[in-house]
Amino acid sequence: MNGVPVLELKGLTKLFGGLAAVNDVSFKVREGGISGLIGPNGAGKTTVFNLITGVYKVTEGQILYQGKPIHNQEPYKIACGGVTRTFQNIRLFKELSVFDNVYTACHLSANYNLFESVFRLPRYWKEDKLLKEQARSLLQIMGLEERQELTADNLPYGLQRRLEITRALALKPKLLLLDEPAAGMNPDETEQLMRLIVEVRKMFDLSVLVIEHHMDLIMGICEHIHVLSFGCTLADGSAEEVANDPKVVEAYLGAEEEK
Amino acid sequence: MEYIQGIAILIGINLIAVLGLCILTGFTGLFSFGHGGFMAIGAYISAIMTARLNLPFSVAILAGGLSAGLISVFIGQLTLKLKGDYFCIATMGFGEAVRVILNNVEYCGGARGWADLPKLTSWWVVLLLDIVCLVLTWNLINSRQGRNLIAVREEELAAQMAGVNVFRFKMIALIVSAVLAGVSGALMANYLQFLRPTMFNMAKSTDLTIMVIFGGLGSISGTVLGTILLVSLPEVFRNFAQWRLVIYGLAVIVIMVGRPKGIMGGMELTPAGIRKVLAARRAKAKLEAEVKAAEQGDAA
Repeated sequence: MNGVPVLELKGLTKLFGGLAAVNDVSFKVREGGISGLIGPNGAGKTTVFNLITGVYKVTEGQILYQGKPIHNQEPYKIACGGVTRTFQNIRLFKELSVFDNVYTACHLSANYNLFESVFRLPRYWKEDKLLKEQARSLLQIMGLEERQELTADNLPYGLQRRLEITRALALKPKLLLLDEPAAGMNPDETEQLMRLIVEVRKMFDLSVLVIEHHMDLIMGICEHIHVLSFGCTLADGSAEEVANDPKVVEAYLGAEEEK
Repeated sequence: MEYIQGIAILIGINLIAVLGLCILTGFTGLFSFGHGGFMAIGAYISAIMTARLNLPFSVAILAGGLSAGLISVFIGQLTLKLKGDYFCIATMGFGEAVRVILNNVEYCGGARGWADLPKLTSWWVVLLLDIVCLVLTWNLINSRQGRNLIAVREEELAAQMAGVNVFRFKMIALIVSAVLAGVSGALMANYLQFLRPTMFNMAKSTDLTIMVIFGGLGSISGTVLGTILLVSLPEVFRNFAQWRLVIYGLAVIVIMVGRPKGIMGGMELTPAGIRKVLAARRAKAKLEAEVKAAEQGDAA
């Protein structure tokens, strides 16, 4: 392990009224690594994502991104800082074309201001062209250029997931959070997705934190896994360690009966 | 001829306010039932400047637009954090508040109204301002800022996660719409030469919003079309006196049932806009053909 972890949670707690949705959770995501966050339904995995991305305010504890605290910042600031995500229930800009979805998300790569847009000053022309090129090359890398004119809503399910990841990549993130990217996919598609995640990590030089229920995917690509149950940490370690942890097996399958 | 020109001027004046609402409602997804209030502010400011202070009309228009914009900043600070329909209700309250306040300002004629304002709005001023506003709103929408507005409309949370400062862009849309409503009000005051607070009641605000929806949310060409049709329709049918409002209502209902997204919903009547729609259709047909072929392949 070299240097500062890209993401570090320290004693993270989130209370909804009296309910601790996330209770004293701590873990790290290594720079350039792929980490998994797993746990039974209602364990608080998505809540952790919402805390990291600033959708919810943190009750207690700290979230450090590249060593600096980011908790309780405005969500858009966290995103601009380089933490982007996808959603469990896909949230695309449905009525826009595939191209426009990505074109929109590329906006941070340009600097022209409102005045320059409205009066079409030179910087608008120069930089907007670059945005278009960036969107086009991203779509090509992610294998979506053939479908770029299609309305996002009409994309097949698997490609919608892919588009959501592409849109997240348009912000040039350093940390990508994937919330159940394989939900509703068949084993074939899951396999493809696994390869895609590994490729993306290498190509874009980023770190990934993924929530998933497909154990093949998690065990296949994650170097490090953190297990949650009812908001608390249940286990933490490599895929093998976690898979053999009796507490994890119990949480997923129920306790073994005494013989 | 003069009659037709009169209708054209009314269309032109309304178009400016409706273009602003098109940015707010059509592209950013915020519904307002209080823009009559911003129009009233522009109208009364312009009337004060031209009738009481004898300032030039250009200054009056500018001041009308800017003061409406300034007030929208306060309104926005207070209401833009509200979710969904609450913003709409807050704007409704704002519009009514402006009207009631104006009822009690004797300096501006109060509830009885204010007559004999100077007639300064000419056909050429309206046409020029229409063209300027059309070009500027078009440029706004087709820029990274404009795409951010659309992202807010489409999926607010996803927009935030894509680094869009949702509050800021909602504010931009509100300010733009308020400034344009103010300019439109200023032109109105110095065209009709008469102002009364009830001219800017909720019916006026909803009229403006209906024009945007009728023409099609998220379409500037639709907004232009909607404004032309809905302003001229009651005039064209003026001979049928009591029936004209029925026809107006019917036209709105027919559009809402037949084309729920409005006449142009999301499309633009420009070569590039038409190409885009056709390309999307082609892409969809191609995808469906491929899926079908794959299914037949599986079956065989």
